[in-house]
Amino acid sequence: MGNGTSLGRVRGLGSSHSGAHHWLLQRVTAVGNLVLTAWFAVSLLLMPNFSYITLHDWIVSPVSAVGLSLLIISVLWHVQLGMRVLIEDYVHEAGVKFAALTALTLVVCGAGFYGVFTIARLALGAA
Amino acid sequence: MAQTVTGKKARPLSPHLQIWRWGPAMFTSIMHRVSGNGLAVVGLGALLCWLGTLAAGPEAYAKYAAFAVTPIGRIVFVGISWAYFNHLCSGLRHFLLDIGGGFEVKSNNIWSIFTHVIAILLTVAFWAVLLSR
Repeated sequence: MGNGTSLGRVRGLGSSHSGAHHWLLQRVTAVGNLVLTAWFAVSLLLMPNFSYITLHDWIVSPVSAVGLSLLIISVLWHVQLGMRVLIEDYVHEAGVKFAALTALTLVVCGAGFYGVFTIARLALGAA
Repeated sequence: MAQTVTGKKARPLSPHLQIWRWGPAMFTSIMHRVSGNGLAVVGLGALLCWLGTLAAGPEAYAKYAAFAVTPIGRIVFVGISWAYFNHLCSGLRHFLLDIGGGFEVKSNNIWSIFTHVIAILLTVAFWAVLLSR
């Protein structure tokens, strides 16, 4: 670590506060996605068919319902983090960028609640 | 800045889609972004429609299932599965890079290309198992 210029004094020390937060959350949700989507893909392959009865019986079991709900949350969180970067990279006008980022967060929240609600509705026997 | 273009091959001066010289790592990076955002829109759309029609009842789900086996439906679902395996493989490559591995030019190029080869093989294997049931 140098003690000359301001840049020289801070270089190599990492971010000062929460600079790595977004990066780390993207990795944590990526591991969540890896485990949950692998489980989901294998579950699909192990089903004898994709009839309504087969899928319904699979989803209503507690393990499937909880697993799918966690998948929805982990994937949508990852989507919010990933698409945020896309918007930040390609939308340069401040107002449009703010609107796009706000819309992204709201759509992701809406999609997440929708997904978890449909699973709860099936698992708790309303459909 | 960057005025010394004295080598045999001119080096790229500024990172931009049209200016970079193409290479495996760049292609993999772009495809990671394309497959990820494609999955976020089309893949999640298909997943939420799937859950929505299941929650709505057998008639609604029958329409979804009927669309899935049409030629367009097949293209959509094969595309989603390929995007999933592509994003999965290049994502695993990112974990390797995160811990400091795979930065040598040769291994970086090899694993960039392998990412796409493995993703296509996994997609083919997935559909082979799915359709052979």
